[in-house]
Amino acid sequence: MKTKKLLALLLAMVMTMALVACGGDQKDPAPSTPDPAPSTTPAEDNKTPDPAPAEPTGASEITLWTYPIGDWGTEATVKTLTDAFTAETGIAVKVEYLAYADGDDKVNTAITANSAPDLIMEGPERLVANWGANGKMVDLKDMFDDTDLAEINAVNEGVMKSCTHTNGAIYEYPLVMTAHCMAVNVNAFKEAGADKYLHLDTHTWTTQEFIDAVAALYAHYNDTVGAVFCAGQSGDQGTRALVNNMYGGTFTNAEHTQYTWDDPLNIKALEQLKSMDGIAFDASLAGGDEIAKFYQGALKMAFCWNIAQQLDPNGAKTGAEKTVTGDDIAFMSFPSEDGNSKLQGGIWGFGIFDNGDQARIDAAKQFIKFMCDSAHTVEAVKAARYFAVRSTAEGTDLSGIWADEPIMAEYTKLMPYLGDYYQITTGWAGARTAWWNMLQAVGTGDDVAAAVAAGVAEANAAAG
Amino acid sequence: MKIQSGRSRAYKIFSIIVLVILAILFLFPLYWILTGAFKPAQDIYNQKPVWWPTEWVSNNFQSLFNKRTAPLFSIGGLTGPAAPAAFRWLINTVFMSVMAMILTCATAAMAGYALAKKRFVGRAVLFSLIVCAMALPKQVILIPLLKEMSALKLYDSLWAVIFPTVGWPFGVFLMKQFSESIPGEILEATRIDGASEAKTFVTVVLPMVKPGIGALAIFTFINAWNDYFMQLVMLPSGENFTMPLGIASLQAETSIDMGLLMAGAALASVPIIIVFLIFQKYFTQGITMGAVKG
Amino acid sequence: MAKQQQSKMSRALQRRENVAGYLFMLPSLIFFLGFVIIPMFICIITSLTNTNMHDPGMFGSFIGLKNFSDLANDPVFLKGLANTFIIVIVSVPAVCAFSLWVSSAIYKLSGPVLSAFRCIFYLPVVTGSVAVTVVWKWMYDNYAGILNGVLKSTGIVEKGVNWLGDPKTALWCIIVILFTTSVGQPIVLYVSALGNVDQTLVEAAQVDGATDLQVFWKIKWAQMMPTTLYILVITTINSFQCFALIQLLTQGGPNHSTDTVMYYIYYTAFKLTEQAGHFGYANAMGVVLAIFIGLLSAIQFKLAKEK
Repeated sequence: MKTKKLLALLLAMVMTMALVACGGDQKDPAPSTPDPAPSTTPAEDNKTPDPAPAEPTGASEITLWTYPIGDWGTEATVKTLTDAFTAETGIAVKVEYLAYADGDDKVNTAITANSAPDLIMEGPERLVANWGANGKMVDLKDMFDDTDLAEINAVNEGVMKSCTHTNGAIYEYPLVMTAHCMAVNVNAFKEAGADKYLHLDTHTWTTQEFIDAVAALYAHYNDTVGAVFCAGQSGDQGTRALVNNMYGGTFTNAEHTQYTWDDPLNIKALEQLKSMDGIAFDASLAGGDEIAKFYQGALKMAFCWNIAQQLDPNGAKTGAEKTVTGDDIAFMSFPSEDGNSKLQGGIWGFGIFDNGDQARIDAAKQFIKFMCDSAHTVEAVKAARYFAVRSTAEGTDLSGIWADEPIMAEYTKLMPYLGDYYQITTGWAGARTAWWNMLQAVGTGDDVAAAVAAGVAEANAAAG
Repeated sequence: MKIQSGRSRAYKIFSIIVLVILAILFLFPLYWILTGAFKPAQDIYNQKPVWWPTEWVSNNFQSLFNKRTAPLFSIGGLTGPAAPAAFRWLINTVFMSVMAMILTCATAAMAGYALAKKRFVGRAVLFSLIVCAMALPKQVILIPLLKEMSALKLYDSLWAVIFPTVGWPFGVFLMKQFSESIPGEILEATRIDGASEAKTFVTVVLPMVKPGIGALAIFTFINAWNDYFMQLVMLPSGENFTMPLGIASLQAETSIDMGLLMAGAALASVPIIIVFLIFQKYFTQGITMGAVKG
Repeated sequence: MAKQQQSKMSRALQRRENVAGYLFMLPSLIFFLGFVIIPMFICIITSLTNTNMHDPGMFGSFIGLKNFSDLANDPVFLKGLANTFIIVIVSVPAVCAFSLWVSSAIYKLSGPVLSAFRCIFYLPVVTGSVAVTVVWKWMYDNYAGILNGVLKSTGIVEKGVNWLGDPKTALWCIIVILFTTSVGQPIVLYVSALGNVDQTLVEAAQVDGATDLQVFWKIKWAQMMPTTLYILVITTINSFQCFALIQLLTQGGPNHSTDTVMYYIYYTAFKLTEQAGHFGYANAMGVVLAIFIGLLSAIQFKLAKEK
């Protein structure tokens, strides 16, 4: 009898909980009544201390999924930004923090389950070349007027081009940009007597100087000092820039229609890297792992670097420009024959997934406007620890926001080396995978020319 | 005779030594998690392994708790106060594992009994279906399952992980093995006494298969707790994360902060280890009875 | 007349058994059919179509067996199938042999010691793949890992082995972790099976002058056959659960040396690659894997029935 009662009780409990929980899981479908036009109210006029919602809007909550772009991956920072947005618009923002290791999978899974987030923060290679190209994103063209375009073009002509798909739709509203570079452990270089190859004033070096420096480091440490990481997932811009710059090879053609990394100059670079004792092709490391190993002091140089890393190495908050052991970190351009390298650009911004609900799309647009083109843009840019993609945002001058940050000022020396943003070439996702596989094959000792040829063929098959 | 016993003693000593070494190796991950969770930063970042914390600190747990926040619970429209997300992960994981355990035990005990003792039409077919499906990895049905959960509005809820766990027929198989040992005469006698099917099940069958239910309960609990794959696919929101998902996301974000990772791993594994140690007697009894008789 | 009545009665009895049987099965069947069998059917149907993430609709258009013929020519899939096979072929016998040896060494020990050993070998299962993986990742680490540290300091190797980065070692690293998280239950089972061996038979054999080894194989091993078969089944099931290890450690690399069919299904479905979202193709892999596993189970249960 006792058992029976217990069982009955348990089953009853299960049922109730199931009902309650199921009920709770259904998100309030936003009323689909068209909301009053997306906020064009000047933000600065709205700075009342009253946190009460300023105006009722269609959607009461939107979701934002963000990759770890500077402090856009740190909850405390993002919360300040979204709270400000909620206070002004009454729209709550539910934020999920993605990692590069499995973020893409999560977004794709959510798309399959018809539950894609409203907003996503990343770069054109994902938003434009992948989800945008596959028709998952909302065209944001109506958010740009001539002033906006002028403000963005004043900084860099290439940004809007990168955010625009070949079909003319704009799938990313850019917020920040930077040039990717590499980093060296200055103390280790000095110890090995390799610091004479570094030009720390211009942050440039030649291929020969790089080769000599690695040889000197290897002679001193008798161990791997730099890793061509190829476990995949992220950071491929580093290895691409390294290989392309050494002897001036190209990755795609100028029209971004074809992959050209079977360039003999790239093969020469790969063979050179492979022959260097201090350089390992390491298939157990992804970009993030390489940064960690460099930060820890195991590696003496990192190829996956940029200003956000320089300001906060490894995101560890242990001080700018320092490894965990307190060694000095210097950022360097990638080596090239004449020292005049072409750096890979990084552009980050927001895209909107088309979930078929106009109210939510409008709310998401309001969010983008708030972060990328308003008085709050300063904070949004600073959170990312990169450079603003525009000169002014609704009257706020953005050019001087990093004036009090000498590291940022120093970093601007690299910005003129910004090269072509080719990451929006058709079939980009396939090309990245092919690139990693090619590096892995080279690392295991396959013939370089053959591995490169196979990789390019795969990439171009993806490009169609 | 003497020589042989000498040799067998030598073998015994040898095997004990090997066993102790193996035991140390098997204990190592747990040891490393538990000590690592309390190591200060200089131990963590030391290039040489530090075997014992130079100083026991709680920073790792603090940074784990400060990293993310989530409402402590949300049932229906009711949302709890904001708390460190790790607590929410723990609550989610416990809820998920307990629910999976209860539902699995209840359904499997009934089905196992039916398969073992009821001669209904289609029984053989059903049983072979169950046997075949038992070894099926969930990746095989990944995409249809995801779409199904989306259609049922269960995607991004713990039920999307619980239901497929309950559907996995291993429990039915196990309970069938147990129920085979119920003597038919007793069932017959109860039936002749005029007891209903339900009453027979509750008063006669359940007490006899109790050890099996105990084993299945712990087995399901551990499996559900650690089923990273289903959780990864079905639970994208941070507030629906489970402990394995939480640690995996920490690992993806900060592959270097081993202290933080170890704190997370400790929080994920210690509760379930305690549960296991408390119930392990029933567990070992249960699984062995079923298997040996099967 | 009597005969007729009897068949009528048995028909009534049969009906009763049917109703009762299915009522007892019902709760379980709802979950089993709903979350295993129906998805499996959808999987089979969509494996004949070009369903994908980008076109709306549950089923794309019918393309016959094209997915399967593509699979036969997909080197990554074939590699994954081979790896899956290697994992099963290596880890199942290894787990059985190891747990049998451990059990025979500990089953005569005194209660608390025995129980301590049993718990220790079960711990990795309980700790969970994800938590255990965090530690293993550090152990295998190429730069600061303990494995290379030990090997280098004892002079066994001069230069560290890149355990997870070398296609020659990566799969074995995965198998080792899988092994430690698999032996717990078999040991528990063997210990009690050894304890239940009929001692009179053992003694009789010893009186007849049988050696320890003979006693073991002729008597104990034979009596433990059902246990062994059960262990084979659960270890095989376990071998297919290596997804977490691969996702967290190698993501199938380097050079696809740790790709399994299970991982490649996920990869094809959701990784951000050019093939991403080719659900029909991924489901075709699922069907192939299901057939493979179905055959394996059938063989095992055929063996079990014969014994």
